Amino acid sequence: MKVHYYPGCSLEGTAVEYDRSTRVVMAALGVELLEIEGWTCCGASAAEATDEWLALALPARNLALAERHPETRDVLVPCSACYLNLKHVEEKTRTDAQLRSTINTLLEGEDLRFEGRVRVRHLLDVLASDLGPAAIHPKVVRPLDGLRIAPYYGCQCLRPYAVFDDPEMPTSMEPLIRAVGAEVFPWPMGGRCCGASHMNTQPEVGITLVAGLLKAARGADVIVTVCPMCQMNLEAFQNSVSRSQHMDLHISVLYLPQLIGHAMGLPASDLGLGYNLALTEEWRHRVHAPAS
Amino acid sequence: MNPSAVADSTATHAFDDLEHVRQMIQSCIQCGTCTGSCPNAFAMDLTPRQLWRHVMLGQPAVVFGSRTFTLCSSCYYCTLRCPRGLPLTDAMHALKRLGARHRLTPHKASTAFYRQFMESVRRHGRVNELEFMTLYFADMKNPLLPLRYALLGLRLVAKGKLSLRWPMRRQRPLEAIFCKAVEREEGR
Repeated sequence: MKVHYYPGCSLEGTAVEYDRSTRVVMAALGVELLEIEGWTCCGASAAEATDEWLALALPARNLALAERHPETRDVLVPCSACYLNLKHVEEKTRTDAQLRSTINTLLEGEDLRFEGRVRVRHLLDVLASDLGPAAIHPKVVRPLDGLRIAPYYGCQCLRPYAVFDDPEMPTSMEPLIRAVGAEVFPWPMGGRCCGASHMNTQPEVGITLVAGLLKAARGADVIVTVCPMCQMNLEAFQNSVSRSQHMDLHISVLYLPQLIGHAMGLPASDLGLGYNLALTEEWRHRVHAPAS
Repeated sequence: MNPSAVADSTATHAFDDLEHVRQMIQSCIQCGTCTGSCPNAFAMDLTPRQLWRHVMLGQPAVVFGSRTFTLCSSCYYCTLRCPRGLPLTDAMHALKRLGARHRLTPHKASTAFYRQFMESVRRHGRVNELEFMTLYFADMKNPLLPLRYALLGLRLVAKGKLSLRWPMRRQRPLEAIFCKAVEREEGR
């Protein structure tokens, strides 16, 4: 299987371990990633809040670059915010030829055209729908027996487009967690909001949302995420949230491909496990991952 | 927030633009499903349902005097559940754009955050996190603000996730797209 690969800006910076683990796990599962040459920012949540046309043109530029290479239709995106920005353009232009032609006038300067031939796919969608336990389970050499995993989906891979999962009660991660030998920690928070960039501009609101998630995860060993923003919010503020809630809310937080890759026996350095901000002693002890 | 805070001359243009947002939500039946679904409603001065009511009534001073739309974290629960199928999250984004375009003071923090993010993208094609946050601090003109980020910043640097190298090359690979998009947005 071949797919175009759009890493996005976070995966070059604060989410470098998400990029590394995605690349090695997909390679180990036989998926070839064709990184989009010359990709640029999708606009994140900033374009839609400042300029309507940039919010469409920036993702469209990347899709147009992918279309230059017709080996595959699928564009793999691990970051949920990037995924939704690219998906918006795919969905909105599908039924609106006029919109697509307006977007194309914005791309003219670069001699690019977006034809609508590509399909934007979230990493979780490809892992759960195309590969699934059948591909992963036979490669598990370090089963994570007894580890209780809280699957955290966040918002933007689920809503507003219900592409591969139930947008309110998501379950697509559960077979993958069982495939690596772990238990699914039952909690109702999988699709709740982590506060996104509120942690920067409205910290008191962000802290409240993260506290709700960390409290609900008590009893789990690990929270697994599929988005750099969710990962950062859940792992980076555990000290201050624990203080504000007067309880110990520390818990290991991993990206899904890090968890799968670890079970598949891939080395911790290849999975970027040294970059995580919240790996507890218990995680290190339970899975014998080397300390960073 | 006091409506008079935005009732200055620059704000009146934003008021004209509210009609565009009103059209997006004009079939709202005020059922409140949006409010019941919103993870940030607890922190809002107007609930989402109340905000849409003021938009429908054409009351820009109330709408832009409220911090409700800056508290939308784009979780899309309201859009998913709205029984009228209204693009409520998109309408929140439209309000954010009006707040940003007219530089309305009550929304300064989030507007500066988004604007400086886009400035870094415009310079390099991809966002540079160090440059973007530095531009944001400068824009906010609050010498204490960087302290809030100092601890996390140091942890990220220690982990090797945040480069302290200031980006030197300015290729501006997206300049043509930015110029055309801005032209189009202003001509709307």
